[in-house]
Amino acid sequence: MIPFEYRTPKNLKEVHATLKEFGTDAKLLAGGTALVIMMKQRLVRPSCLVSLRSVRGLNGIEVKDGGLRIGGLATHRDVETSSLVRRRLPLLAETYHHVATIRVRNMATVGGGLAHADPNQDPPPTLIALGATVKATSASGSRVIPLDEFFTDYYETLLKPDEIITEVFVPKLAANSGGAYLKFLPRTADDYATVSAAAVLTLDKNKKTISDVRIALGSVGVTPIRATAAEAVLRGQPVKAEAFAEAGEKAKEAVDPVSDFRGSAAYKKDMAAVFVRRALEKALASIRQQARAKAAPKTTRKTSKKGKRR
Amino acid sequence: MNKKIKMRVNGKKVEMEVPTSRLLIDFLRYDVGLTGTKEGCSVGVCGACAVLMDGDMVSSCLTLAVMADGHEITTVEGLAKNGELNPVQKSFIQYGGFQCGICTPGQVIAATALLKENPKPNEDEIKDWMMGNLCRCTGYYKIIESIQKAHQFAK
Repeated sequence: MIPFEYRTPKNLKEVHATLKEFGTDAKLLAGGTALVIMMKQRLVRPSCLVSLRSVRGLNGIEVKDGGLRIGGLATHRDVETSSLVRRRLPLLAETYHHVATIRVRNMATVGGGLAHADPNQDPPPTLIALGATVKATSASGSRVIPLDEFFTDYYETLLKPDEIITEVFVPKLAANSGGAYLKFLPRTADDYATVSAAAVLTLDKNKKTISDVRIALGSVGVTPIRATAAEAVLRGQPVKAEAFAEAGEKAKEAVDPVSDFRGSAAYKKDMAAVFVRRALEKALASIRQQARAKAAPKTTRKTSKKGKRR
Repeated sequence: MNKKIKMRVNGKKVEMEVPTSRLLIDFLRYDVGLTGTKEGCSVGVCGACAVLMDGDMVSSCLTLAVMADGHEITTVEGLAKNGELNPVQKSFIQYGGFQCGICTPGQVIAATALLKENPKPNEDEIKDWMMGNLCRCTGYYKIIESIQKAHQFAK
C-alpha cells in the first residue's frame, strides 16, 4: 500500500470538512473489508483515508414509518442478528446472513457495502425488491435515492465524492406480501453467487391476484438488475405457476452475465430464469404460510425461544 | 505516514507508532511479536488470521492496525489464562482437531467466539459458523468433533 493519511472525524461535520480538504483523493473507510483489499492490490490509492468508525449516530436500526431505518454504519452482522429485523423483515436478516463469513459481516457495513457496488453482493437484490432507498448526505444537505436507480455501472453509483450513505430505509411490506432471496452457490458457502434472485410478491385481499411484485437479480450484469419486464408479466394477473415460469423467461432477457469460473454466460442466463421462478414460488409460499399461521388458533402458535444469534 | 496507536493486546497495553498502511496481522506478528496468528490468503477468505476485536472475530489481514486503535485485541496467545489452556484448546488436543497446524490458531479463535455465543452448538451450527475457516489438510471431522466436545472442558 502507498502511504496515506488516516483521519478519524467524530461527527459528520468533521467528515465533510476532511472530504473538502482532500477532494477526490480521499476515500471513506467503514468496515474496510473491501477497501483494504483494493488498496493492497493498488486498485485504489487514496492520499487520505477518512474513517467513519468514530462517527456517532450512524449505526442504529430502528422502526420508522412502519419500515426499518438502518444506519449506514450498522454492520452486516447487526442486521443479521437484530431481533427487530428478524421479527419485521426476516428476509433481510436472512439475506445479510448469506454474505461471506462472520468475520466479514462483523466489520462490513450496510452503507459501505452499497457504496462499494460490487454486482455480486447479496443485499442489493433483496433491498431493491423490498423498495429500499438510501440517504446520501453531503455538506450541502441530504437526498434520498431509490436503490434500483443507485447503481450505475460496475463498482459505480450515483454517489458524489462528497456524499456519505447515512441511512438505508426499507419501507413496510404491504399486507399479503411475502419475499424470498435465493443464492445459487454451486461452489462454497462463502462464495459470491453464480446467480442470485430476490422477489417480493403482494397479493390482493382475496389472495387470487398479484397486485404488486418486485424482482431483482445479482451477479448477472455490471450492476444488480431489477427485472421490470418480468414484473410486468405478473402484475394484475391471477396467481398461476405458469406465470412464474414466464416471468423467469422475461428476467432472462434482462440479464447480461459474463462467463467465469462460476459458470458460462449461457448457463447463468438459464439459471437466472430458474432462480427467479423459484424465488417467486418461495415468496408465494411465505404468504400462504403467514396466512395459515394467522388462521391457526393462538394456543397452537409456537413461540421461538431460540437465541437471537445462530 | 505514521500514527501513534494505543490498544490492549491479550490484556496488555500496547502503544506504538506505526505506518498508517500497517495491517493488523503484520502489526501483531512483527511489531508486537505475536506470531501465533497466521497469514493465509490475505483476502479475508481462509480464516488463518482470525483475531478477536472487542470479542468479535475479524480478519486481521483486512484490518488496518490504526483501525484497532483504542480497541481490545485477543490473539491465540491470549486464550490461555494463568498458564491453563481454554476449553477449546484442550478439546482440540484431546480430540485431534488439527493436522499440520497452520489453520489451527484461526480455528481455535473462531471456535472460541462461537462457544461464547452458543456454548453447545450442534453440527449444523458449527459448520455454519466455521465455514470461513479453511483447513487444507481437510481435517474437518476432527475439528467439528473438538468443538462439539469443548463444553466438557468448561468449568
